[in-house]
Amino acid sequence: MTCEHFALGESILHSADPRVKLLLAAGYAVVTVGLESLEGQILALLGGLLLVIGAHLSLKEILRRLFVVNLFVLMLWLILPWTTTGSGVVHWGPVVITSEGLNLALSITLKCNTIILANLALLSTSTIFSLTHALAHLRVPSKIVQLIFFSWRYFHVIDSEFHRMNHAIKVRGFKPGSNLHTYRTYAHLIGTLFVKSLERGESVHKAMLCRGFDGTFWLLSHFYLRPSDICLGCLTATYLLLVIGIEWSSPWH
Amino acid sequence: MALIDLKGISFAYPNGNLVLEGLSLSLEEGDKIGLLGENGTGKTTLLHIILGLIRPAEGEITIFGERYETEQDFKKIRGTIGMLFQDSDDQLFCTTVLEDVAFGPLNMGMNRREATYTAEQTLDKLGISHLKNRVPYQLSGGEKRLVSMATVLSMKPEILLLDEPTNGLDKKTGKLLVSVLQKYPARAWIMISQIQSTIEAMSNKYCKMNGGRVDLV
Repeated sequence: MTCEHFALGESILHSADPRVKLLLAAGYAVVTVGLESLEGQILALLGGLLLVIGAHLSLKEILRRLFVVNLFVLMLWLILPWTTTGSGVVHWGPVVITSEGLNLALSITLKCNTIILANLALLSTSTIFSLTHALAHLRVPSKIVQLIFFSWRYFHVIDSEFHRMNHAIKVRGFKPGSNLHTYRTYAHLIGTLFVKSLERGESVHKAMLCRGFDGTFWLLSHFYLRPSDICLGCLTATYLLLVIGIEWSSPWH
Repeated sequence: MALIDLKGISFAYPNGNLVLEGLSLSLEEGDKIGLLGENGTGKTTLLHIILGLIRPAEGEITIFGERYETEQDFKKIRGTIGMLFQDSDDQLFCTTVLEDVAFGPLNMGMNRREATYTAEQTLDKLGISHLKNRVPYQLSGGEKRLVSMATVLSMKPEILLLDEPTNGLDKKTGKLLVSVLQKYPARAWIMISQIQSTIEAMSNKYCKMNGGRVDLV
């Protein structure tokens, strides 16, 4: 699985304390969503870009991910400009393109890309395991943390179970097509996967009970806040304050 | 006094399939029971019943002279009786090998330092200290089994229940596991295995599952 593609690396962001990164990512998203002025939004996007540059991530991979997101954004550009009411800029018969619609689409595009960039730089540079640990340290309810943790841990097992079954049907000459046989086969496959997952869950629980598990998750390793983490936190927070300042001084506000 | 005494245990699966019927078995001090039997004869079910993971429809479970019936009862015994599961992916779930091995000791009330120390010592005894910072699910099948064994032994159990410990392992890893278990000061164990060499090396009594009961061979 290559889901943790970006987690390998040696930049400042990779080695930063995941608790700090989680807080910054949350802060960055909240501030970005609340921005209304174009200056503020562009500044936030610039910050996101700076973070990605700081994380030394592969440009190709970043573009590939942004492309997927922007396909959805493209849909908004096709719909929002003529479905939003406001002052018309272009008139094509019954269709009126409004400046409000264009502004809305632009704003969503900027915000969306900003948040993706910031999250790529801040979150995907940590492994899921260290992020879940960080969540636990930040006192997020233990049940939520365990849910995320186990989903991730057993996603791998269930994924490989799916591939094993998929190989098993292929070697028996199965060729997927648009027919009832294919649908039925996939229905069986997914149904079996659900049952297997349930049974896996039960066995894991039994194995945990055998080792004295009673609902408490003990954390063995601790994170240590280093000066570089505080620097990163302060720098990014200051930048966000700057964005908020620009937002408030802008005539759009 | 038998360490574990089962009397008249019956168990049926929800589909009505009766796997254990009036089973009696007693595990005495020093017993190393090799449990044989065809697939689906209820060997694993029997081990799960001893630890209270599933409840029998009928029968009595006595461990160290005390009757065990409820989840609360069985909770007390789970550190003392260690169980190695057939599938290591069921047993390993933590971020790192070290954390997985320390999970049991932490649950038993050790503090972080003691638990880490115990975990490191156990890994060392199994000769797998080099794996301690690895992610369990990325290990090879043999390594996973050894780490699973470490997660059980780190709780220092007195009795072991081993569900096919050497199944699917290569000769070298299988031998290593057998030698670790032979050195471990267990008071008794019950081991399920289909592998003749493992059964011979690790048992002093042989039992066979037959029609829902256990017969001494």
